[in-house]
Amino acid sequence: MSIYVNKDTRVIVQGITGKQGAFHAEKMIEYGTAIVGGVTPGKGGQRLLGVPVFNTVYDAVKETGANASVIYVPPKFAADSILEAIDAGVEIIVCITEGIPVLDMARVRHYLDGSNSRLIGPNCPGIITPDECKIGIMPGYIHRKGHVGVISRSGTLTYEAVKQLTDRKIGQSTVVGIGGDPIRGTGFVDCLKAFEADPDTLAVVMNGEIGGSGEEEAADYIRTMTKPVAAFIGGQSAPPGKRMGHAGAIISGGKGTASGKIEALRAAGVEVAMTPDLIGEALVRAVTARGIKLQDL
Amino acid sequence: MKIHEYQAKELLAAYGIAVPDGKVARTADEAFEIASAMCPCVIKAQVHSGGRGKAGGVKLANSPEEARDIAQKMLGMTLVTKQTGAEGRPVRSVLVAAAVEVDKEYYLSITTDSQRAGLVIVASAAGGTEIEETAAKNPEAIVQIPISVTEGFKTYEGIRAAQVLGLDDLLQKQLVFMLGAMTRLYLEKDCSLIEINPLVKTRDNRLLCLDAKINFDDNALFRHPDVLDLRDFSQEDAKEYKASCSDLNYVSLEGDIGCLVNGAGLAMATMDIIKNFGGSPANFLDVGGSATTERVKAAFEILLSDKNVRAIFVNIFGGIMKCDIIAEGLVQATREMGVSIPIVVRLEGTNVDAGRKIINDSGLSIISASDMADGARKAIEAAKGGRA
Repeated sequence: MSIYVNKDTRVIVQGITGKQGAFHAEKMIEYGTAIVGGVTPGKGGQRLLGVPVFNTVYDAVKETGANASVIYVPPKFAADSILEAIDAGVEIIVCITEGIPVLDMARVRHYLDGSNSRLIGPNCPGIITPDECKIGIMPGYIHRKGHVGVISRSGTLTYEAVKQLTDRKIGQSTVVGIGGDPIRGTGFVDCLKAFEADPDTLAVVMNGEIGGSGEEEAADYIRTMTKPVAAFIGGQSAPPGKRMGHAGAIISGGKGTASGKIEALRAAGVEVAMTPDLIGEALVRAVTARGIKLQDL
Repeated sequence: MKIHEYQAKELLAAYGIAVPDGKVARTADEAFEIASAMCPCVIKAQVHSGGRGKAGGVKLANSPEEARDIAQKMLGMTLVTKQTGAEGRPVRSVLVAAAVEVDKEYYLSITTDSQRAGLVIVASAAGGTEIEETAAKNPEAIVQIPISVTEGFKTYEGIRAAQVLGLDDLLQKQLVFMLGAMTRLYLEKDCSLIEINPLVKTRDNRLLCLDAKINFDDNALFRHPDVLDLRDFSQEDAKEYKASCSDLNYVSLEGDIGCLVNGAGLAMATMDIIKNFGGSPANFLDVGGSATTERVKAAFEILLSDKNVRAIFVNIFGGIMKCDIIAEGLVQATREMGVSIPIVVRLEGTNVDAGRKIINDSGLSIISASDMADGARKAIEAAKGGRA
């Protein structure tokens, strides 16, 4: 078991004929993901990497039975690509694109709320259920199949956390990059609920960062969870008012500080790592405190 | 992206919103000319920062001659406010604006509410320079009213805002119009903040935007060339400006350890670990996921141009970014620029063996680190012995 994606997930790549799209489609296929087609308007009828290319998501879904899509489309057009996937009834939409205008995402979120689709991202590394399905840009080899769920707002920091787990022979059920933008499809609480409900997940690691209130909301939900959670919050040394790379990583009006988030998580019983090299150790402390054996992870 | 007050007021005026008469001046003589038609007037230094009044950047002139003298002193000075840091911002222009007889000051802004995926009006009857203090001490005096991005502004939202400010019927009508226009401007130009502080009630009972600040969503600038034309590079940190030209995410800080990292989250975490171990990061720098050798070199140039930097910590977890590309850029940059300060490198991830080999074979004295914590400790140690 896992959350959101597994070996039965059938994926199409929006923007498959672009440089990024083609490169990552190949990597996903190598990993064993069921990539069943691609979409690039005007290039329908071609074949690439052994899969058919369609003009629209609607055609791709109809012909391939895809239930997931991954978007590698430039920021100008990415919001429309998400809307197209929602309209075509795609269940899981993963948007990798960084730099989508904030107001475009605000409108997408309203459209999304009335649909049956789940959006992961944008501005995220994607989602992976080890040995089953990799959708995104993460290096597959650092992952190990197991029972710890990972949620993160950052790409490379996710890899850092995953490596620390894998080095300790602790495997992952599913790793979700929810993205660094202020308005996103799936949040911490969505993932925490899914991991709590997933019988194959025994504990959760979450990587938060400054800006927004997602970590505080997560802390509220964690109080009701039965599974242990470990966390790291990036940006403890970031100055206020400066955007730290991610559009969502900014402290404004005294809100969204790392210390406020750490305090909220600690109060909810979360094991917080104060430096990023201690994420793995924090998880170990969190699970052993609940009597879970490391070899069971 | 930020713009100057005079540019923000011009935009507001173009949407029919009332601002005091005024014009920008780039020389003292221009200030004299403008003031000749509107004395008494206020001379306001145009810099991308708040807190100008307390820093001596806003002065009243009772005659055109006085306006010229004040402008003469302000132009060319570096204004240091509590928001600019010690380096301050250069004053290249001043706004000469008609003085206004103020009866009462309010706070009014529109910003993006990411939690609700919409906009929000923020209003307070306690406007003026103390708004931050009000926010901290008396948060219930600040009221938030949501606006939908799909529905746009509604009259009832404006009536509520007017109630918060305690306006009479006449001013309520003015406020409803004003908020409607501000919402249109916000949505049409992809703003991230429109702040009127203070919004004032004049002695003759009119609403007027005495000061204005507009920020724009950097992600949306591609569809607003008119907004991009308003950018003033003189107001940006020189290193941050150079970085933006090379598509690097860079934020200048005050420490002595230069950081070169891939990914924003890891870059923030790298600063955190340095600080936590007792060191001080000189910057945030994310080279991005698809950096080329040239971009890595550009990043090195920026780090080395910072005179405070005494050691450099390169922290790479290659996912998409390949370690050999980083290593190649690093070796080339070090050779070409004759780097004399210690460099600590931690490489992990895709093509890590090829990357380490390039560094080892280079013959350069680069300190290698086994992981992030090891790298941070070595960089802190190296900075103690690096150049002054």
